[in-house]
Amino acid sequence: MSTSTSLPDLAVTRRLPNIFDLVALICIVGALIAVARGASGTFAPLSALDVTPIRLDASALPGYALRTTLRMFAALAASLLFTFTFAPLAAKSRRAGLVMIPLLDILQSVPILGFLSFTVVFFMSLFPGQVLGAELAAIFAIFTSQAWNMAFSLYQSLVTVPEDLAEAARSFRLSAWQKFWRLEVPFAMPGLVWNTMMSMSGGWFFVVASEAISVGDTNWRLPGIGSYVAAALEARDLSAVVWAIVAMLVVILAYDQLLFRPLTAWSAKFRVELTQGAQAEDPWVLAMLRRTHLLRQAVDALGVGFNIVTGLRLSVGKRRARAPGPPSRLLDAVWIVALLGLAGLIVWRLFGFLVAGLAWSDLGEAVLLGMITLLRVAVLMVAASLLWVPVGVWLGLRPAWARRAQPVAQFLAAFPANLFFPPVVMGIVAFHLTPDIWLTPLMVLGTQWYILFNVIAGAAAFPGDLQEASRSFHIGGWLWWRRVIIPGIFPYYVTGAITASGGSWNAAIVAEVASWGDTKLTAHGLGAYIAQATEAGDTARIVLGVVVMSLFVVLFNRLLWRPLYAYSTRRLAIS
Amino acid sequence: MDVISGNETLVEVVGCRQAYHKDASADVVVLDDVNLTLRAGEIVGLLGRSGSGKSTLLRIVAGLLPPTAGVVNWRGQQVRGPAEGIAMVFQSFALFPWLTVRENVEIGLEARGVPRAERESRAESAIDLIGLGGYEHAFPKELSGGMRQRVGLARALVVHPDLLLMDEPFSALDVLTAETLRTDLIELWSEGRLPLKSVLMVTHNIEEAVLMCDRILVFSSNPGRVASELIVPFSHPRNRLAPDFRQMVDDIYAMMTRRPVPVRAPAQGAAAPAVAKTPAIHSVSVNLLAGLMETLAAPPYDGHADLPPLSAALQLEIDDILPIGEALSMLGFGEMVEGDIHLSDSGMAYVNGGTDERKQIFAAALKARVPLAVAIRQVLDERWNHRASAVRFRDELEDTMSPDYAEETLRALINWGRYAELYAYDEDADQFYLEDEDEE
Repeated sequence: MSTSTSLPDLAVTRRLPNIFDLVALICIVGALIAVARGASGTFAPLSALDVTPIRLDASALPGYALRTTLRMFAALAASLLFTFTFAPLAAKSRRAGLVMIPLLDILQSVPILGFLSFTVVFFMSLFPGQVLGAELAAIFAIFTSQAWNMAFSLYQSLVTVPEDLAEAARSFRLSAWQKFWRLEVPFAMPGLVWNTMMSMSGGWFFVVASEAISVGDTNWRLPGIGSYVAAALEARDLSAVVWAIVAMLVVILAYDQLLFRPLTAWSAKFRVELTQGAQAEDPWVLAMLRRTHLLRQAVDALGVGFNIVTGLRLSVGKRRARAPGPPSRLLDAVWIVALLGLAGLIVWRLFGFLVAGLAWSDLGEAVLLGMITLLRVAVLMVAASLLWVPVGVWLGLRPAWARRAQPVAQFLAAFPANLFFPPVVMGIVAFHLTPDIWLTPLMVLGTQWYILFNVIAGAAAFPGDLQEASRSFHIGGWLWWRRVIIPGIFPYYVTGAITASGGSWNAAIVAEVASWGDTKLTAHGLGAYIAQATEAGDTARIVLGVVVMSLFVVLFNRLLWRPLYAYSTRRLAIS
Repeated sequence: MDVISGNETLVEVVGCRQAYHKDASADVVVLDDVNLTLRAGEIVGLLGRSGSGKSTLLRIVAGLLPPTAGVVNWRGQQVRGPAEGIAMVFQSFALFPWLTVRENVEIGLEARGVPRAERESRAESAIDLIGLGGYEHAFPKELSGGMRQRVGLARALVVHPDLLLMDEPFSALDVLTAETLRTDLIELWSEGRLPLKSVLMVTHNIEEAVLMCDRILVFSSNPGRVASELIVPFSHPRNRLAPDFRQMVDDIYAMMTRRPVPVRAPAQGAAAPAVAKTPAIHSVSVNLLAGLMETLAAPPYDGHADLPPLSAALQLEIDDILPIGEALSMLGFGEMVEGDIHLSDSGMAYVNGGTDERKQIFAAALKARVPLAVAIRQVLDERWNHRASAVRFRDELEDTMSPDYAEETLRALINWGRYAELYAYDEDADQFYLEDEDEE
């Protein structure tokens, strides 16, 4: 068969380097210059911030967007570092795991924004009079929004490495270091990449929220999109707000196309199953990277270096097959007592601190306000579910639509919803609406998308034979919802709802108070309580508010989401 | 059930055609001009290789899939969507994992709005009939495969359908379980205890078809057509070891291994494009090919074997063994004639060769008999970087076959080409390339 003649041959080009190399090179040089310029501002003295106030000129936005993005990546680097130290430690040491995992669990539930005031003060004292302190505080805030679930994901993977692979690693006498890099990290990669991407999506919200900080009388405005929006709010400059939204759209689009898609596609190769799943199209960035020659070689060289380092026979202590004897009960007891003692001490100090500054009535107030915010979150979750579950099911059951809707929902989830607050606030002011009701939807503005895209994913994964069975047996209407599709998507829905509700608690701190120029809108709730205490520099009330909110979130998770999740994976999972 | 009413026509399929549209080029035809009449009182089997469109036909009768052309009548009415009086049993069971056995069985009644009390009593009797008593409150995942399919049967029977459709109902089960379920079902059927008038079942298992059916429609593949219709004259219970039974199984084997005579519609026949020469290839691993050749070469077969006993001895179903046999024929290592398989001289040489000789023989066979492999190699030789995207070959294959077949054919070419070291393949980039060139 001489089909080859009918196949169009690509133009034969020179061997090295090719056009894609040129494009890639230009991109890299450009990025390096931009990073250098962005980072140089970091080491300026703090007074520089006052000298150069935020400019509301649209031409200044690319620079601000760059600073914001850099903060994001700095936080990501910190989160990765944390993940790769915390998770192995928790996984390898039973006693460490005993504390670290519950700690991680709680940290995941704590409203990060409530802590902003403490961290700012802390980092400012480390670098007095330097922008670096404020920068670090902002980066720390983003870090706290990213690190926990990444560490959790790695930990989960480390403790669930398939036994046969672990045995193979042992029998080939891989050192602990080699085993970590050759087996455990690759195994953890898909989960870790996915969680990192989710973290970054969530992080945009915090990067915007943490740039403009005011504690008591002191204000910091770090150059960035968040500060730009804050300045625009003060100046009642709607067009500036719109420009900021546009800039953020571009940034997130770039992040989505340049990072998210290539990384998730790349991480798919670490999947353990040997079966060939449905493979997504190669994202164009990955395809382009594969076509470049110079870059490919550079990456290959990096890979070789990485392989040499990770292949070192480093090992902690003697590697001898030790029969795992019974763990020492005495040591365990000592360990637990020490931990309990430490926890008791912290509670005592915290209690003492709060009692000194507050009366019991303050606790009552905080709890009452917590109830109001809880009511808000609950109502919003119900409303968002009623809206997005049918939409998600409709989209998910139509593969052509699902393919298009999924990235859009992911994109919307990444978009920092706080940028959309100003138009809403304007509306409330203009129509004299009740803040208590109308500020509420802001809390789910950014988080509802998690419900949507998880439901889409669930409906898209709903098995075809079950669909055929329900059609064949004429199952329709409400019976279909009740018996077929809702149970079918429920595990996915719960996953989305957990993320959405956690995010909504956090958003309460910025959503329950809003301002437009001099007009201040305040809704009743724990979020507003924390926000006002922060503004007033009232440390005792901030702590009280954060503690009460954390308790609410933890209880909400333990009493509602955990049982639901456990039930859904036990009973409703499609095996 | 009295015998006289056994002539009542239940289903009538007339000129049914199923094709799906591929770009602007020719449609891929799954089923072509299928006619079928199903009368009360009979079990009819649709027998064919995978991809012969028999499951598609079943879904068309079920009303789950509208045919591209042709008419399906159910009790004189044209089928548009799932019809009353037809129930289906799925190959994968298709039980709702969140419903208990009883809830799964009741779901069809619930959909019809049957009152609760009646629902419960009917479900209970269906559950007892099918031998599920005691499992009412278990969830499907607690049950073995055989028990799950019993739930699938009970769920279908409880709605008292006139016609039961079964899509390879026993193929996901192990041999012993499948046999028990078959005989149980046939026993209930011949005792008249099933609330059914007729059964239409899809299978690729010849013995199963001869064991259960009164009439068998043998399908040919690509496009699916009814190649022949056979009446099974034996009465139930049937004895698999009876000489007549064996003879019928042998005859069907012969029929199905016969080289497919290319049936061309007169309109298309004249201007068949050159690319149409590439047939669909099943992706059979080299290990399987080598294994079958070695088995054939060794005693007691000494170079040729009768397929039914061979597949029984190897515990392979016809859908497993025929693709291997076809691949052997395609590569010239063997030949299948009338239900027999012979090893050729080159096949014998392959068996006797060492690792490298085997690879050379395989490569020679690929070059001589698989034009697409030659074409891939040729394109790679011509390219400056000795790389070529697999997409173009896939596209080209898809002009004449469905995407699934094209993918499988390409998969076969990748595996065989890799083994023969004719070319290499980069999974990430989806490209073919020449290995030695990269190392230089």
